[in-house]
Amino acid sequence: MGNVGAKEIPELFGPDGLRTDGRRPDELRPLKITAGPLHQADGSAFVEWGFNKVMAAVYGPREVHPRHLQENHKAIVQCRYNMAAFSVDERKRPGLDRRSQEISKVIAEAFESVIFAEEYPRTSVDVYIEVLQANAGTRCAGVVAASVALADAGIPMVDLLPAVAVGKVGGKLVLDLNKLEDNFGEADLPMALVPQSGRLVLMQMEGHMHRDELGQALDMGVAGCRGIYEKMKAALRDRYAVAPVGASTGAAQ
Amino acid sequence: MSDEVTAEILSTHILDLARQGKRLDGRTPDEYRRVEVEPGFVVTADGSALARIGDTTVLSGIKLEPGKPYPDTPNAGVLTTNAELIPLSSPTFEPGPPHPRAIEVSRVVDRAIRAAETIDLKKLCVTPGEKCWSCFVDIHVLDHSGNLIDAASLAALGALTHATLPQKRFGIAEHDIPLAVAHFPVECTFTRLGETIVVDATFDEEKAGQGRVTIATDEAGNIVAMQKGLIGAFSPEDVKEMAERAFRHGDRLRAIARGV
Repeated sequence: MGNVGAKEIPELFGPDGLRTDGRRPDELRPLKITAGPLHQADGSAFVEWGFNKVMAAVYGPREVHPRHLQENHKAIVQCRYNMAAFSVDERKRPGLDRRSQEISKVIAEAFESVIFAEEYPRTSVDVYIEVLQANAGTRCAGVVAASVALADAGIPMVDLLPAVAVGKVGGKLVLDLNKLEDNFGEADLPMALVPQSGRLVLMQMEGHMHRDELGQALDMGVAGCRGIYEKMKAALRDRYAVAPVGASTGAAQ
Repeated sequence: MSDEVTAEILSTHILDLARQGKRLDGRTPDEYRRVEVEPGFVVTADGSALARIGDTTVLSGIKLEPGKPYPDTPNAGVLTTNAELIPLSSPTFEPGPPHPRAIEVSRVVDRAIRAAETIDLKKLCVTPGEKCWSCFVDIHVLDHSGNLIDAASLAALGALTHATLPQKRFGIAEHDIPLAVAHFPVECTFTRLGETIVVDATFDEEKAGQGRVTIATDEAGNIVAMQKGLIGAFSPEDVKEMAERAFRHGDRLRAIARGV
């Protein structure tokens, strides 16, 4: 994608057909989700996905700031996706660049598509996503973290929102691009799925994908999302599971 | 409050019509408004085009000037796309720093131009690592009556297609030459109105809409950029169908932007 005049494209598949990190084309990177790690936020989640580390916090429904954004018949969803200066190889200038603002917008719209906003008129649900360590796929990791954080905050929603990117690398479709594949691949298609309806509420794409490949790419992403969905539910179950009566737990003090 | 009520009544009416496959202005769900691209609208620019889709008007101007290549791409020129939603074009636009929706238009248009390799940036290199051409694509929305992304994309492509490399002005060569355009991406935007998905929504249809998808295609059968925006959801089947529609419209829009 952004490799105009860049160096030689490295080998992205081994002789065994596996990827640089040993994955099959349709295999996810290791994903660990922790629900509720923060104490001040109404809901929170921490996602470690491959070499990504992303924290999300949710505040609200609460008063709208700035006030003029308030809507009389529903809650609004405000999202701030931000990358820490130290999250990438070369220090990123702090603050929201145009990329971050665009991602914040599409993520807010994705969540507003699943939250029952009309139950909380004149309020704001504020979603904060901080990318602490970035390694390709941070917007999807951010959506997964924020979605678990929203559930942790008890915000009523249609469903959780698993998200993953499908890419095209060396002419082949692959699930969940790593950094090298993101840098040297031909296409990147991040998406977020509402598992219950099978519909996408976030979708972006950049690069070259032939019209005949689109269907397969979408199917691969949807299948990937369904796998992530299970891990999101498991993370919430871990946080809220109640030990059977009589069992002694050290965690509940 | 009365504005809100009329807007609500209008949206309900638009959705009712959509259920019957009809639209307020009499179009079918898969029909664009009249599309025109007028190249050379601004003579001070190195390339320009005014794009009109119905009542929506967007002007794009190209400026090329010598600059320095980015350190990580020493053999390539620099391409910058910027869209301004200036307050004159809509009562809903206010002065001030760029609103996220302006940033989204810029970035979605930029993504298609860049990913399609519309301009061979290597040809904009003068001296590797030292000197290159910087190509600025500036987009001004003049009249916002819906579907800004498609209008901006057509204006940008029209302007690039008719642009000149001003070599003489900067003493780089004796004569100016046309800017070499290699590919022709156009964006095609769809809006969900209930279970009907319409192309080229008007301002009122956008307000009634439940999600928007933009698909950029090139002349060789590739999808080069996509963007889902606003509140709403689409099934993979919806996306596949919209892609086919985007290719159908794309060929016609490409011809209009290129003036062929």
